[in-house]
Amino acid sequence: MSFLTVTYALTFYFAAIVFVFGLAYRIRTYAKSPAPLKIPTTPAPTTRTGVVVRMLKELTVFESLFKSNKWIWLFGILFHAALLLAFIRHLRYILPDWSLLVFMQPFGKYASFAMVIGLGGLLVRRIVVDRVRYISAPSDYLMLVLIIAIAASGMLMTFVEHTDIVALKAFLLGLIFVDWNPLPTDLILLVHLALVALLMIIFPFSKLLHAPGVFFSPTRNQVDNPREHRHIAAWAAKLETSGK
Amino acid sequence: MADFEVPELREYPIIPKLKEGVMAHSSPYVAKPELQQQLGFPGEMVDDWKEKAIDTLGELTGKYRSLQVFLDSCVKCGACTDKCHYYLGTSDPKNMPVARQDLLRKVYRRYYTLPGKIFGKLGMPGFVGAAELTEEVMDDWYAYFHQCSQCRRCSVYCPYGIDTAEISMAAREIMDAVGKGQKYCNEIIGKAQIIGNNLGLPEPALKNTLEGLEEDIEDETGVKVRMPLDEKGADVLLITPSADFFAEPHIDGLIGYAKVFHAAGISWTMSSYASEAANFGMFIGSYENTRKLSLRIREAAIELGVKRIVFGECGHAWRVAYSFLNTLAGPFDFLDPNYPVPQHICEFTYELMQQGKLNLDPSANDDMVLTYHDSCNVARASRMGDKPGGQFEIPRAIIRATCNNFHDMPADTIKEGTFCCGGGGGLLTDDLMEIRVKGAMPRMQALNDVTKNHSVTHMAAICAICKSQFSKVLPYYGFEMDQIVSLHQLVSNAIILDGQVTEGQETEGEEITN
Repeated sequence: MSFLTVTYALTFYFAAIVFVFGLAYRIRTYAKSPAPLKIPTTPAPTTRTGVVVRMLKELTVFESLFKSNKWIWLFGILFHAALLLAFIRHLRYILPDWSLLVFMQPFGKYASFAMVIGLGGLLVRRIVVDRVRYISAPSDYLMLVLIIAIAASGMLMTFVEHTDIVALKAFLLGLIFVDWNPLPTDLILLVHLALVALLMIIFPFSKLLHAPGVFFSPTRNQVDNPREHRHIAAWAAKLETSGK
Repeated sequence: MADFEVPELREYPIIPKLKEGVMAHSSPYVAKPELQQQLGFPGEMVDDWKEKAIDTLGELTGKYRSLQVFLDSCVKCGACTDKCHYYLGTSDPKNMPVARQDLLRKVYRRYYTLPGKIFGKLGMPGFVGAAELTEEVMDDWYAYFHQCSQCRRCSVYCPYGIDTAEISMAAREIMDAVGKGQKYCNEIIGKAQIIGNNLGLPEPALKNTLEGLEEDIEDETGVKVRMPLDEKGADVLLITPSADFFAEPHIDGLIGYAKVFHAAGISWTMSSYASEAANFGMFIGSYENTRKLSLRIREAAIELGVKRIVFGECGHAWRVAYSFLNTLAGPFDFLDPNYPVPQHICEFTYELMQQGKLNLDPSANDDMVLTYHDSCNVARASRMGDKPGGQFEIPRAIIRATCNNFHDMPADTIKEGTFCCGGGGGLLTDDLMEIRVKGAMPRMQALNDVTKNHSVTHMAAICAICKSQFSKVLPYYGFEMDQIVSLHQLVSNAIILDGQVTEGQETEGEEITN
């Protein structure tokens, strides 16, 4: 087994551990931290079902963002929808060639353009709009650059310089079943994979936490029923039992 | 008139270019040691304020999911940057919601996230949007977290629902914990906890005022309308902001409530012990103080043996009442289960309207063309009636039933997109006049629009703070201070009580003096 394969294999194990445990730890923190008061942004749904609908609208069509700013919405949804398609396309590296997966391939392929346009638009806004420039730290630009680089390196392999995807699949399956296979040595692939590993590692410590965070946002996921149902957190209930 | 520049009103709203630091000088007076200690906070800045502040921040993220999730989730997309009335009115970038949040978030990132710790050790925390907690940062906190009215407009537009109000409350709680509280809020909380209302009006003063009002109503209408105080066995306990007892135009609203109770034949009372609807505990983010104030209402309800609790016109108060009262001071299982606890006076009046129990003559308000200002916390932090959005429809239904001339302001400035009056969240104090005037600009611009296009003469509101704030800031923008009216003032004008003496067509045309 080459040094390169071993390095990448270990890097991916490390990245996967950081990603999974880091994210699980954050999610656990969110789930465990109490929400002592009812604070849905109203008008809010008065039933659980209504909340599910509200959340689905936020997750699929970015409802609040649409109300807010059409450019950010457009770039944001282009990027995220493309990301989803690209993700589905990449499932072929670990799953059998199911017909639906095969059908989805070209969508994932051309979504890459939408992804780069979306990310590019967000980056241009960050540089050009004075208000957004003001609130941007170096890491905010680099995050966009990182994902653009991942997308661009992927596109290079798809449209310009193909890599050995059969060998790649063997390598990835080898990682999963701990039966390592050599990694193709194309430079673009190595860059692509290294950047993906980097993204996985910084995910649980960065603003990418908006992904799990949105599910836990009390202003969006709470039912508007404070008069009907008494809502009380454990630490707040202690104030009651400990006397006034 | 002012020692600062009043923003100009434009025909079409614009997003201003950034002017860094232009509001950095705007800080409210700091609370005196006695005031601080009264509320359980250190009297003065403690020596180890930095450690204490960082520890308190950590404690709060463990107690409030909102804070934890909001500090982590912001992606700096910029969607909120043009949504705050204080940014629109001042151009100060730290009044953009995300930048205001970042004053706290950068400290959170420095001390509570791995990248912040690593890059902080490397001496470049700014690389990952983190920053050391320094005196300058603390000064920024004190200045800019007192330039947020906790109106929640930003939270409507944030893709993750991040609510700057939650961040501001946490920041104020941290500042209180290290001994740097705001005089205005903490003084008021103290008064309400000791005397029972924000103005510090004791029982005899209240009684006197109410008797005076009873006489006024009788002089005007010939009907003996009662303003009961501390009457045991009444059906309804009315909790109203203490400004309703003496300020204009609030007091006309109070007269309106009294007439509605009278017309409905429902016995009611106010309480001298719980003579305040507004709960400033929320402004400083203090659960304990908010709860303490709320419990007075519970105690008064038990003591007076009432069956229902109704709240008068007050915005943030209605948020605490509607959203938090059951949590803080419930359960209210000793009250009549046929009514929600608490009810808003608008819900109460609307219900009577539906039942045809109020005799209303809208022509009594024909001397006015009305618009309606949705108070921020009623709009975005509460509800009326049983359907979402009732908080928009019910007050408008009451206006339509009591006035013939009504026009809404532009759609993006009302309902869930409503602009705060500029004085909410503990900012209604003279030492913050500049930010109050500037923050009112977007609302004034919208009012100007309907004034020009629909000849609107008056704006109705259902919040004590809105009313006080507008009376003060309207003149800065070339309006008259009495162009702001209480919603129940319109009801009061339009309602015809049994046995009321009407001199010809004339009703009580007092509010038009300009």
